[in-house]
Amino acid sequence: MTAYVIRRVLTGLLILVLLSMLTFVLFNALPADPAALTCGKNCTPQVIEANRIRLGLDLPLWQQYIEFVKGLFAGRTYGSGTATFACAAPCLGYSFRRGEEVTPLIINALPTTMYLAVGAFVLWMITGVLLGIYAALRRGRWQEKVTLGGALVGYSFPSFFIGLLLLFFVVIRWQLLPYPSYVPPTDNPVQFFQTMILPWITLALIFAAFYIRLTRNQMLETLSEDFIRTARAKGLPERTVIRKHGLRAGLTPIVTAAGLDLAGLLGGAIIVESVFTLPGLGRLAVGAVVDSDLPVIVATVLVAGSFIVIANIIVDLLYAVIDPRVRLSA
Amino acid sequence: MSTDTTVPPAAAPPPSVSGAVTGLSLRQLAWRRLKRDKAAMFAMWLLVAIFLTALLAPLITNLLGVNPYDFDLTSLDPAQGSLPAGPWGGASLDHPLGVEPLTGRDLLSRLLFGARVSLFIACTAVIMIAIIGTTIGIIAGYKGGWLDTVIGRTTDLLLAFPFILAILALSPVLTQRLQAMGLSPESSRVVYLVLVFAFFGWPYLARLIRGQVLSLREREFVEAAVANGAPTRRILFREVLPNLWAPIIVYVTISLPTLIATEAALAYLGVGIVEPTPSWGKMLADSVRYFAVVPTYLFIPGTALFIVVYAFNVFGDAVRDALDPRTGRNVR
Repeated sequence: MTAYVIRRVLTGLLILVLLSMLTFVLFNALPADPAALTCGKNCTPQVIEANRIRLGLDLPLWQQYIEFVKGLFAGRTYGSGTATFACAAPCLGYSFRRGEEVTPLIINALPTTMYLAVGAFVLWMITGVLLGIYAALRRGRWQEKVTLGGALVGYSFPSFFIGLLLLFFVVIRWQLLPYPSYVPPTDNPVQFFQTMILPWITLALIFAAFYIRLTRNQMLETLSEDFIRTARAKGLPERTVIRKHGLRAGLTPIVTAAGLDLAGLLGGAIIVESVFTLPGLGRLAVGAVVDSDLPVIVATVLVAGSFIVIANIIVDLLYAVIDPRVRLSA
Repeated sequence: MSTDTTVPPAAAPPPSVSGAVTGLSLRQLAWRRLKRDKAAMFAMWLLVAIFLTALLAPLITNLLGVNPYDFDLTSLDPAQGSLPAGPWGGASLDHPLGVEPLTGRDLLSRLLFGARVSLFIACTAVIMIAIIGTTIGIIAGYKGGWLDTVIGRTTDLLLAFPFILAILALSPVLTQRLQAMGLSPESSRVVYLVLVFAFFGWPYLARLIRGQVLSLREREFVEAAVANGAPTRRILFREVLPNLWAPIIVYVTISLPTLIATEAALAYLGVGIVEPTPSWGKMLADSVRYFAVVPTYLFIPGTALFIVVYAFNVFGDAVRDALDPRTGRNVR
């Protein structure tokens, strides 16, 4: 087990390093001149050159990468002589466009994205898994057909279209809610919930549709296994068979998928955040793309990717704990 | 969202068919099962109709006397800040689905021409994904060793990459590069989207195929081919590949709607097709500014998008059931 854990964590770390390199190279090597992007259209060549040196963009790419990694772990200092400024330990870079360090930008955007992701997660896991089990237990009857048919409809709606439809009917036409305008829950919990309810529903609808299908398939597969037959044969009541034996075995893959989906969302739900103008990681990234703000783009891609890699490691380890066959075969 | 791609081990002939219909190939059996599914057949013919409409869009719009590029200011109401005149987004005999605010361009023809772009991008990308993913998956699964490790890590890396963000961020730079290579601004967008979809799309399929090949590799017919001294290339493409059609077809039918929706989402976020070329995602994005006053402008491209994606999903589900009798709704 220990060997498996060590190996899995090490490959995960390798992926993280590769991810950071790929991101760094992709976004720093491809634009014609990253330094020219540090200030607006009416920029003098002198300013560009000065910025190039201050940000270390005159160094070869591999040296820039090392500086970047150093900044991440130990902090770094930009510039030289009198005009220096320090960027403290988890330093993800400096955005000239905004005149701010990148790390606080990310940290400020993170809570919004987390509220969005976790709220939607709770909604879709409850509805998705329950309806999925329900569909499996009503196999072959109309209840199953309706549930699965509804799931396929939900699954086919592009998220931004659902979001816009909800916005149109609930807010504009029926005026059940005020127009969404994000505030932190600590400032004004009522407005927070009024703003978040539609984004939560939008995300949850799409994911729930997927989890209904997944859960139903998993349950059916598990219920046809030999150990379920054994459990029934030894005279256990059907309720116990399903709760104790079916659910435990059938839900393991769902836990895996759920972990990865949640991690993916923590990196920013770009579309839903854009539709409902929530100031999360996704909108930070989209804004950075519009402004060609390279340091922010690199940082958001890195943070989002790291969530996925870390979730992958955790899920694999959990899986190995639950199912001994995994670590024996690996 | 993780995609639902549980796929059968290929080429297991269904045992349930009785003696009366012996001699049917796997493909014929699957087709037979598919034909029995009424919803799937309806979805299939609907998709055929949509593809034909997209293909014949110039002809159809010519017959109707509309086109997607002409401004028609007479259909607008200057008193309302150039919103479409009349109810239902300015729908009239001239413009059956209404017109675009500010420009008066015909929405029906923009919808039809938009379908061409969306479907072209999704179909081309899915073909590239199928080719790249299958080839790499077969190589990784059959060769094993360090090659498998390298490919495995590469797929891990690409799967961890937040690809919508990457596509957004790389778009200005790469489309410029493509234009520098002599492509028009319009076609450079299309080529860019196809390329990034292929680049971020193949790892899923490669991983799937690799798993299948791992088990196929141990089967007797491959062993026999090896014993006969067949060259590796022959084994891979003549012995192994034909057994992979089922997972490939299932994957393709599942990916197509996802790609269409992703393309629209990217257009909505501002990446993608440029003016004056119509695209469903861009129509949706434009409609947001007006949707409090001209809701039909939002509903038309949104509904079209939903219908296409839904039809693909219904059809894809049925194809999977048909190719894998074990998951089938009517079997077991």
